[in-house]
Amino acid sequence: MTDPLALEPQGDGWRLVLRGDWSLAAMPRIEARLASLPAALHGNLVCDWTDARAPGISPAWALLRRLAEDAPLLTVRHAGNPPHFLELLQKLHIERHAAHAAHSAEPTLERLVGRLGRWSILQGVHARGVIVFLGRIATVVGQAFSRSSAWRISSLTRHIYETGITAIPIVALIAFLISVIVAYLGAQQLSRFGADIFVVDLVTIATLREMGVLLTSIIVAGRSGSAFAAEIGVMELNEETDALRAMGMNPVELLVVPRVLALVIALPLLTVIADAMGLAGGGLLSLINLHIPLPQFTARMRESLSSTTFWSGLVKAPVFAILIAMVGTYRGMQVRDSARELGRLTTVAVVQSIFMVILADALFAVLFVQINF
Amino acid sequence: MLDPNFNPVIRVRDLHNRFGAQIVHDGLDMEVQQGEIFGVVGGSGTGKSVLLRSILGLRRPDSGSVELYGQDVESLAAADRSSLVQSYGVTFQNGALISSLTVAQNVQLPLREHYALSEKTLDELAEMNLGLVGLPPDAGAKFPSQLSGGMIKRAALARALALEPKLLFLDEPTAGLDPISATAFDELLLYLHSQLRLTVVMITHDLDTLFQTCTRVGVIVDGRMISDTLPGLLKNPTPWIQEYFHGPRARAAEMEAAGREGHG
Repeated sequence: MTDPLALEPQGDGWRLVLRGDWSLAAMPRIEARLASLPAALHGNLVCDWTDARAPGISPAWALLRRLAEDAPLLTVRHAGNPPHFLELLQKLHIERHAAHAAHSAEPTLERLVGRLGRWSILQGVHARGVIVFLGRIATVVGQAFSRSSAWRISSLTRHIYETGITAIPIVALIAFLISVIVAYLGAQQLSRFGADIFVVDLVTIATLREMGVLLTSIIVAGRSGSAFAAEIGVMELNEETDALRAMGMNPVELLVVPRVLALVIALPLLTVIADAMGLAGGGLLSLINLHIPLPQFTARMRESLSSTTFWSGLVKAPVFAILIAMVGTYRGMQVRDSARELGRLTTVAVVQSIFMVILADALFAVLFVQINF
Repeated sequence: MLDPNFNPVIRVRDLHNRFGAQIVHDGLDMEVQQGEIFGVVGGSGTGKSVLLRSILGLRRPDSGSVELYGQDVESLAAADRSSLVQSYGVTFQNGALISSLTVAQNVQLPLREHYALSEKTLDELAEMNLGLVGLPPDAGAKFPSQLSGGMIKRAALARALALEPKLLFLDEPTAGLDPISATAFDELLLYLHSQLRLTVVMITHDLDTLFQTCTRVGVIVDGRMISDTLPGLLKNPTPWIQEYFHGPRARAAEMEAAGREGHG
């Protein structure tokens, strides 16, 4: 392989002979050789292009840059049929050089302080954004009671179908399986004390108070929270929400409230289904594994339940629904500019809504103990 | 290897494309010579973009052949395909810049993919390509969403030029630009065309661009292409062409172009 360049002394200066392939394809090799040119050359230098094959604009630019940066005292001349675009590059180089000189970097400390400041302000802006968002939803819901057209019935039913009906199979299956697992593990432990029958208490109370609603919420957060964020996010990217605003429509009324309401309706219903499937799973396992016949299971179930057990689970569902729907739609409306933002905010929506659901659940647990619910 | 001096650069023969019952191309022929700026025009829905996609190999035509540099696009082996793809640059209608990368990173993207270069060199090359299309130095650090429409078109052109193609495909390069930006883009195109010795195929609805820049124009009528120089097309008796080139907008553009030539 020919060496792409050779530096020879010539008279009172230098001669840089360019040889072989000087196209973009040879760029990595040319780049390495340019880096090894001796620095601090001065005097005259003639670039000889006679033997350079198919010279490309990128390698030529790299050559000009290297000579100008490493040897600013050199007077460069090009000879031997230099490529036609060299003049263009030299002009460009002079322009860019002037721009470089005008540009100076910010000191480190100031940059760090600036970053901290920007971050703090951003957090404040976000917090205000959440409050404003809550206010907008409340306003629309408030108006809806006096203005019937604010209830977007067709949109509402579509979202109930998408977030509720289509989620039934997966919610039912998971509730059933988890309940079977709990019953199975419980049976193994309790049968050591001969307390098999308490498996029924375990399954019913765990399912109705916590697992039914919590599992459903987490599944819905994954399914619908992400869908809300992505749908609204793409509409933001396409300027569809701006178009709605420009036509005098309120995106919160059109896009956010139907989703929130739909989830508030769908999630409790899904929770009921999850509860039923959980109990069915527990019953089935008790029958097969512990040989507790179904009538005995249901009788024991009634004894273990207090009047509030079922409701203490179900009452949480609308709250979780509001959290999931609001986080999803809020994050969706934050999407700006790029496809990556869409992905990031969809992820944020799911993670945050699951976190909020679990946090709220913990608060409910404390509250219910305090008020003895 | 491809012969970069092969003539004609593009040869499309007997191209047929249909979507269901709708026939888009019905035996379309097209030839583009070295160094031309070839404009493709046609009414909405006549398959200009479909033609472009067929030439680029993004869409397999229902029948017919597409040759670039004398090589059949469809029958090329994977390795040759890669060198073919590197031999042309494309800009899409809306720029199609990757929105999560800065403008400079967008320009570096094809270079990074095909060559192992140092960051310093990549930065220099991004700077050069952005300079070639007349973008200011600080544009490189911006994200596409922070650019105006005209700057996006220029940035897309810079990315298309990064691999030093000899052949450029431009899909509506001046659509959505104000007349001043559009004229500036035309001038940029002419400048780069002469400086870098490019062959350009351009889909455009912009009559000014057509009259200012194109050496030859292909009109898609009834699924076929009629190509000629502009003076030739002006005399063509086909009704659609007459309407297209003799409407009020066309006359204004034509007069302006004639005036410019007279002064220049």
